[in-house]
Amino acid sequence: MIGHRAIGSSRPRADAKVFVEGRGCYLDDVQVGKVLHVAFLRSPHAKAGIKSIRTEEAAAAEGVVGVYTAADLAPVCRGWDTSQTYPGLVMRSQTALAASEALYVGQPVAAVLAETRALAEDAIELIEVDWEPLAGACRLDEAQAVDTARAHSDLADNSAYRAQIGDEASVDPFKTAALVVEESFSFHRLTGASMETRGVIASYLPGDDSLTVHQSHTAPHQLRSLYAAHLGLDEGRIRVVCPHVGGSFGVKIHLYADEIATVAIARLVGRPVKFVADRIESFVSDIHAREQLLTARLALDSDGRFLGWEGTSLLAIGPFSTHPGSSVQEGDEALRMAMAPYRIPYASGRLDVVFQNKIVVGQYRGVGHPIGTAIGEYMIDKAAAQMGIEPAELRLRNYIPDDSYPVRTRAGVDLEALSHQKCMTKLLELIDLPKLRMEHTALRAQGIFRGVGFAAFVERTATNAPSAAHIRKATAQDGITLAIDPSGAIRCAISVTDQGQGTHAVIGQIVADALGVSADRVRVVSGDSQATPYGSGVRASRGTPVGGELALQASRQLRSIVLQAAAGLLQMQPDAIDMRDGLIAPVNGGTPSISLADLAEIVYFKANTLPAGPQINLSLSMHLGHDWPALVPTNGIQACLAEVDVRTGFVRLLRHWAVDDFGTIVNPLLVSEQVRGGIAQGIGQALYEELVYSDEGQLTNGTFADYFVPSAADLPDIVVEHVETPWPYTQLGAKGAGEAGTTGAVGAVLNAVNDAIRPLGAKITELPMTPARLLNALGRL
Amino acid sequence: MENIAIVSLTVNGRAVRRAVSPRLNAAEFIRQDLGLTGTHIGCEHGVCGACTIVVDGAVCRGCLLFAVQLEGSVVETIEGASQSGRVAELQSAFVARNALQCGFCTPGMILTAAEALVRNPGMSRADIREAISGNLCRCTGYEAIVDAIEICVERART
Repeated sequence: MIGHRAIGSSRPRADAKVFVEGRGCYLDDVQVGKVLHVAFLRSPHAKAGIKSIRTEEAAAAEGVVGVYTAADLAPVCRGWDTSQTYPGLVMRSQTALAASEALYVGQPVAAVLAETRALAEDAIELIEVDWEPLAGACRLDEAQAVDTARAHSDLADNSAYRAQIGDEASVDPFKTAALVVEESFSFHRLTGASMETRGVIASYLPGDDSLTVHQSHTAPHQLRSLYAAHLGLDEGRIRVVCPHVGGSFGVKIHLYADEIATVAIARLVGRPVKFVADRIESFVSDIHAREQLLTARLALDSDGRFLGWEGTSLLAIGPFSTHPGSSVQEGDEALRMAMAPYRIPYASGRLDVVFQNKIVVGQYRGVGHPIGTAIGEYMIDKAAAQMGIEPAELRLRNYIPDDSYPVRTRAGVDLEALSHQKCMTKLLELIDLPKLRMEHTALRAQGIFRGVGFAAFVERTATNAPSAAHIRKATAQDGITLAIDPSGAIRCAISVTDQGQGTHAVIGQIVADALGVSADRVRVVSGDSQATPYGSGVRASRGTPVGGELALQASRQLRSIVLQAAAGLLQMQPDAIDMRDGLIAPVNGGTPSISLADLAEIVYFKANTLPAGPQINLSLSMHLGHDWPALVPTNGIQACLAEVDVRTGFVRLLRHWAVDDFGTIVNPLLVSEQVRGGIAQGIGQALYEELVYSDEGQLTNGTFADYFVPSAADLPDIVVEHVETPWPYTQLGAKGAGEAGTTGAVGAVLNAVNDAIRPLGAKITELPMTPARLLNALGRL
Repeated sequence: MENIAIVSLTVNGRAVRRAVSPRLNAAEFIRQDLGLTGTHIGCEHGVCGACTIVVDGAVCRGCLLFAVQLEGSVVETIEGASQSGRVAELQSAFVARNALQCGFCTPGMILTAAEALVRNPGMSRADIREAISGNLCRCTGYEAIVDAIEICVERART
C-alpha cells in the first residue's frame, strides 16, 4: 500500500478558514424562509401538580399564532418511555409538554408560537397555570431516607436502579491488609455549556406528508428515527440536517422534550417553526451530569501492592433517565472503570441510582470515567502518603504490565493494547519529579503550598451498538459513500459527524491517503440524513476509530477499482501501477501515466475509448459493522502542578501534562488540541463548575456570571504527548480521543490540591474545590 | 403594538438605516436585520463575548447594547474586519495553530485579540490570557488561541 503520507501528519483544518471569518452556518443561521418562533413556559417548581392552564389571553396577544399544552400536542405527538438500557431501571413515561405534573424546574409545560421570539416570550407571561406545589426530592443525601420526599408520587421510594458491580462484597481482602485507606467523596452537578445553545427548525409539508428538521445535534439518523416514532410519520419522509454545531460535549446527542414539542408544533401548523434555547433555558433544560456521593476503600500489602478495592456510588439522575440512552451510565462507568489501570485481585462496586426533582442527568464528556478515575487515583495518593512511597512509584508497582494484555478486570471490563508503563515513563521524562518535590518542601517554609498530582485512567470509547440494540441510539453499522467526479474530485458522504473536533479533516486525510489523491481534492459531507448513509453520528469519541476505519477500508476498495480501470487503459497490470496525488503511473514512476481526472473523464464522457470489459463504477458505498469489542479501551495519564493560597482558598494551576495512548493518530495537531480542550473542562469540574440548587430544587445560578466556565486566565499551559499502541482489530488502529482530557484532569487536579495541603493535615474530597470549600478543609472558615 | 424606532449608522463601511423595535439588542439587529451572522449570541448577558463587535473603534458586547444605541455609530463586525484584511494575520495564525474547534467563539475572540494587539503590542503570554479572559471558549482550552496571538505579537516585533 501507499505510505502514510497524510495519516500521522499535523495539518490545519481546511474548514477553519470559514470559521475565522465568521462564515460558519450554525442552527440559528439556517434560512428556511419565514419561520415562526417558539417560546416555552417552564415549570418554576421542582415538583407541582398542574391543576389547570389558562391560555386565552396569551392566544389573543400580539403576533401569537398558537398556544399549546400537552393536550394540544397529544393528537400528533406520542409520549415515550424510558430507554431500557440497564435491565431493572424503573421505567417512567414522559410527554413533550408536562401534562398533569411538573417534575423539575425548567420542564416545558406550555408553548407559544409567535411571529418573533420576543412576542412569544411576551405571551408566555400571559399564561396562567394553577399550580399545586409539592415537596420534591432535591437533596441527594436525603434521597434514601425513610419518609423523605419522593420524586414520583406513585413510587414507594426514590430508587431507580441498583447494581452490584464486579466481585460480591467481601471483608476478606481488608482483614489481612497491611493498610486500608477509606474516603468519601461528593461531586456536584454541572453541565456541558456548549457556546452555541441547542436549537431546532422544523418544517412540515402537509401535501407531501414530509418533515425536514434542522437541528444542532450530532446524530441526524438517530433523530430521524426518533421523530418518526414520536410523530407517527414515515421515517422515509423525514430529513434531518445538522448544520455546523457550536459544541456539544454530549449535550447534543440527546433528544429533549422542548425539541420534540417544537417539531410537533410544526407538524400541527404546517409552517416552519424555530426554537433556539437562550442561555438560562440551557442551564435549566440541557442534560446535567456528575452529581454523586461516593465512598471508596483500598487495601494494600506491606509492599504497597493492591489487594482489594471497594467503591459505592449514590447517583442522582433527575425524574427520568435520559432519552434515548441511560443516565445510569454515569454511575456504572464510574464504579466499573475505577482502578482499571491496576492489577487488583478483588474489586467490588455498589451502585444506587435515585430519582430527583432536578434536570435529567445525561452523557456529558467522559460519562463516569472522570469520577471513577478521580476516586481511584485519590485513594492511591492517600495510600502513598501513608506508606511514604512516591505516588508515581506506587502506580508503577501496581500497573497491569503493558505486555500482559488482554486482561479482563474484576469489574468485567475487557482491556487490550494498553500502555500505562510507557505513558508513565514518558510523563516522568517531561517532569523532573524529584526536583519538584524538593522545591515544594522549600516553598512550604515560605508559606507557599504547591502540590503535584497524577491521574492514570482507562476509558471505554468508540461505541457501536450491541448486536441486538433495543433503542435507536447507537447503530451496529456506520456507512460511507465515496464518489469520483469527472474532475477527479472525491465526494465523501459519511455517517459520523463533526461538531468542531475536526472529523471532516481527519476523514479527508484518511481518504486522500488511502486513495492516493491530495487532501484538497476530497470534500466530506456529514450531518444530513438525506445525503449520508445510515449510522450513529458522533458520541463516545467514535469519529476517528469508527468513521476513520470505515473511510480507510472504503478508500482502499475504491483505489483498487481505479487501478483496475487504469491498468486496462495503460495496458499494464494493476499491481504494477500506483496512484499518488491523483496521478496513476508505474510503481516506480515514469510512463505511461494518466491522471485520475482524465480517467474519470473517459469513464463518464468518452466510454468509447475504454477497452472492452465490465463497466467501471467510480463510486462505492460501504457499511462497516464492527467485529471488534463494542467498546475500545484507551489509556493515559495526566499530571497537574497546583498552588493553593491557604489564606484565600484560591487554587492556581501552574502546569499540566498529559500523555495519552489513542492508538494510531491521524492528525496530531487536532488531537492534541482536543485533549487540551477536554482538560480545560476537567479543570472546570475540579475547581469551578457547579450548578447550585436550593433545597427546594431551584437552580440558583443560571448565567455565565455565576456558573464559571474556565477562562483563559484560569488555565495553565498544558503539555500533551502521545504513545501509540494501535488498536489491533482495525486497519487504521485508532482509538477514541475526544474525552480523555476531561477524564484525567479531574483526578489530577484533585490530587495536586491535596498534595499541596496534605502537609497542613488537611484534605478535600468535595468537588468543585471552591475557595470556600478549601478554606473549610483548611479549618480557616 | 410594538413601538418602532429608526436607527442610522455605518456598518462595515456602509450606511445603514433601519426601523427597529426599541428592545432589539445590537447583536440580534446585526444578525437578523443586517444578515451578518458572524456575530454569535452565546449568553445574552454580557459574559461570553461571542457577540463581540467593534463600535466606534472599541470592542464591545453586542448583547449589552440596544440597536437604537448604535445611532450615528461606526460599527465593524467580523465580516468587515475580514474583508478589510485588518485581522488577516490573526486569522491565518488561528488556522495554522488550530486555535478553534466549533468556531462559535472565534469571531469575538479575533476582534478582541486584534484590539489587544494594538493596545499592548508587547503582550506576554500572561497578558494575552488576561486580554482574552472575557471571551469564553469551551472547546480549545485556550492554549492554541494564546499561541496564535503570540505568533502575531512576535511577527510585529520582528
